[in-house]
Amino acid sequence: MLDSKIPAGPLEQKWVDYKGHVKLVNPANKRKLEVIVVGTGLAGASAAAALGELGYKVKAFCFQDSPRRAHSIAAQGGINAAKNYQNDGDSVFRLFYDTVKGGDYRAREANVHRLAEVSVNIIDQCVAQGVPFAREYGGLLNNRSFGGTQVKRTFYAAGQTGQQLLIGAYQAMERQVALGNVEMFSRHEMLDVVMVDGKARGIICRNLVNGELERHFGHAVLLCTGGYGNVFYLSTNAMGSNVTAAWKAHKKGAFFGNPCFTQIHPTCIPVSGDHQSKLTLMSESLRNDGRIWVPKKKDDTRKANEIPEEERDYYLERRYPAFGNLVPRDVASRAAKERCDAGYGVGTTKQAVYLDFKYNLINKYGKTEAGKLGIENPDTETLIRLGKEVVKEEYGNLFDMYEKITGENPYEVPMRIYPAVHYTMGGLWVDYELMTNVKGLYCLGEANFSDHGANRLGASALMQGLADGYFVIPYTIGNYLADEIATKPIPTSHEAFVQTEKAVADRISTLMNIKGKQTVESFHKRLGKIMWEKCGMARNAQGLQEAITEIQQLKKEFWSDVKIPGGINEMNPELDKAGRVADFIELGELMCKDALNRNESCGGHFREESQTEEGEAKRDDVNFAYVAAWEYKGESSWELHKENLEFEIAKPTQRSYK
Amino acid sequence: MEHYMMNLTLKVWRQKNANDKGGFESYPVKNISSEMSFLEMIDVLNEELIRDGKDPIAFDHDCREGICGACSMYIDGRPHGPWEQNTTCQLHMRAYKDGDTITIEPWRANAFPVIKDLIVDRSAFDRIIQAGGYISVNTGNAVDANAMPVEKDKADAAFAAAACIGCGACVAACKNSSALLFVSAKVSHLALLPQGSPERKSRALNMVAQMDKEGFGACTNTGACEAVCPKGISITNIARLNAEFSLAALVSQ
Repeated sequence: MLDSKIPAGPLEQKWVDYKGHVKLVNPANKRKLEVIVVGTGLAGASAAAALGELGYKVKAFCFQDSPRRAHSIAAQGGINAAKNYQNDGDSVFRLFYDTVKGGDYRAREANVHRLAEVSVNIIDQCVAQGVPFAREYGGLLNNRSFGGTQVKRTFYAAGQTGQQLLIGAYQAMERQVALGNVEMFSRHEMLDVVMVDGKARGIICRNLVNGELERHFGHAVLLCTGGYGNVFYLSTNAMGSNVTAAWKAHKKGAFFGNPCFTQIHPTCIPVSGDHQSKLTLMSESLRNDGRIWVPKKKDDTRKANEIPEEERDYYLERRYPAFGNLVPRDVASRAAKERCDAGYGVGTTKQAVYLDFKYNLINKYGKTEAGKLGIENPDTETLIRLGKEVVKEEYGNLFDMYEKITGENPYEVPMRIYPAVHYTMGGLWVDYELMTNVKGLYCLGEANFSDHGANRLGASALMQGLADGYFVIPYTIGNYLADEIATKPIPTSHEAFVQTEKAVADRISTLMNIKGKQTVESFHKRLGKIMWEKCGMARNAQGLQEAITEIQQLKKEFWSDVKIPGGINEMNPELDKAGRVADFIELGELMCKDALNRNESCGGHFREESQTEEGEAKRDDVNFAYVAAWEYKGESSWELHKENLEFEIAKPTQRSYK
Repeated sequence: MEHYMMNLTLKVWRQKNANDKGGFESYPVKNISSEMSFLEMIDVLNEELIRDGKDPIAFDHDCREGICGACSMYIDGRPHGPWEQNTTCQLHMRAYKDGDTITIEPWRANAFPVIKDLIVDRSAFDRIIQAGGYISVNTGNAVDANAMPVEKDKADAAFAAAACIGCGACVAACKNSSALLFVSAKVSHLALLPQGSPERKSRALNMVAQMDKEGFGACTNTGACEAVCPKGISITNIARLNAEFSLAALVSQ
């Protein structure tokens, strides 16, 4: 039943052969075919732009006031590409291998190899669009290094890489809007998929300004709606990031792949109190120059700068000498948790570790700059001053952000950081063509499950979003639409549109009529607490079973006691949020179910029952080398389908970064 | 960081919809921690309003890390509040002390009509980008990224202009509601790069024409925009736009 449609042939030939033989749609027919794109982040905006350029009639939707605000904009550190501009041994194969290994052998080889292949085109495309990547003095592009790799392949624009890439894609899309190829619907939220004769043929969405429901037809529907990290309430996601579009598709038959695979990012600004509404990432790129440590003494109350060098435990460098501070995210996060749980945490909450720039500020940058200026025997003060200037250019906006949030100056004192939910590797199951198991329904970017396995490497999310949108979907969608050229647009008066809209309207009025006592926010916080404690950085069978029961209880309470102010036919952000939280609650249950089923540790999924003697994640390739694709069967009921993962080239080994 | 608690009074612009006249309402807020962000303080108030059966204050916000450009509050007569180079979401309550009164309004400009409370319609900015804020290159056309070196100084200047988050603070701060800082940032970003060169003339002309059509006012060089820009976009971009525009206008005649 689950056909991943991976092309035959050797790994490095699959995509080439696929492109050579895929069905094409001629330009005249493209103009008759309509494509709906939901979400305008990197995946959605690039897909809408690329499909508009090809001549398809595209309708794009986003819930924000402008497509430029999608949360891809907040990505900081960079985007990977196998350009090997640094001559340091990089290649398509290495990027492929690092990604499969980094994902702890739970990703599909063929997809990852294709991703590595098109990575080089992405950089070319973005530069042509005017994306201002960092450059060397010679005018050529600069690179930095990220976790889980030993080469420098990450392209960046200070700490605003996501912003620059998204604006590039947004501008390309707006150009298509101007040309009449793309029609843009901002402040619109998709609330269901419309199915006609077993195919996705449109969507129902709510105009968030006046509350009206709208019907939109498309020959195909693309969901590019991002990840679901906000199921944890606190995450680095934007406040509006949600699972609703993907969840509605799931309930219409699309399988959900590996829902429990969540990335907890090691370097975020710690929680300061109960009022906290979101968490802020400090880019992984900071681990290039920052060293992570805690005091060697338990419950040390001294200030960071008062603790002498020999009393500091640089635990990542100690435990993983080969990769040091640049181990993958899952490994770094668990190591931080281990130290804090053991009583070595810092700050008022003791749930934090230090990220310290002083060493590299002086020794790496300060000395280099002093050398350039011909200053002999510079004192420490001079080195710090010179080093600061370089660090400011590399990460200035991140340091400013840290200071605004915490009131502390990270040039003077080490940052305090702690892991936080950042990304979800799981998502709708898709085949090689990025189509879900529902015909005509595609899923791109973070919203699908496909490329990152159980752990995503840094700077690979931007790469995947743009790969899917610019370079994969323009080819693969033709293979489906070539057979649809005779399909006339289905009028939205069709029974399927009427029925689906009615179901959406009924749900909204049910929500509004509960008129209970507890706010939407309070339910979301409670869900987040259950998820973080029992389905977070460490999971065990008992906790997961408890979580499932608690979530079911929470769901009952939500549907009998939630309080939503305002009306239906008006702008009502609380109503929007209520719909999203209701979906998060259902998703939370499935995540726990998936985590319970996967009785192994892999990547970001750490089952306490399955660890090595040294406390590292222990995979079980005999029993779990598969994608868990869950089919919705009704309330609290799912059926598991397995896609077995074959590793022909990157043979699974115990991951080691020592 | 030492933290403290405070009680405040908020005077907030409430407006049910675009047709409503709107007006200020006062709200006491209690037990606000200096560690909260400004928007978290509004969250606290909104939760109270909901519990009391009242309509919460509608405001645009999303990333809450100062980069998406959604948040747009005019706080005590200044877009994004008292801090330099800052967005509302990154403003933290340690900027205030116990007993303070804070006045919060939406962006005010004809081209940014109010939708509800503090939410305005900024789609005019999208239409200005549609008029030419891009480089016309279809996907797949690109040459190798290193085929065209770009002087580091120019690349850095382009990046500085490209840092604009499209929040509209520049318009809100300007007595004429001019959008020239926004437009000039985009024109500069693209004009400074060799890739953007072929469309320099049409870009400047078309974007300025669209800006005028949207009802933004004229620039009189007071510099209020630069002073409140959360990303420190320099007013020198306006000089560059003027040069681009004059040259383009001259050539097109």
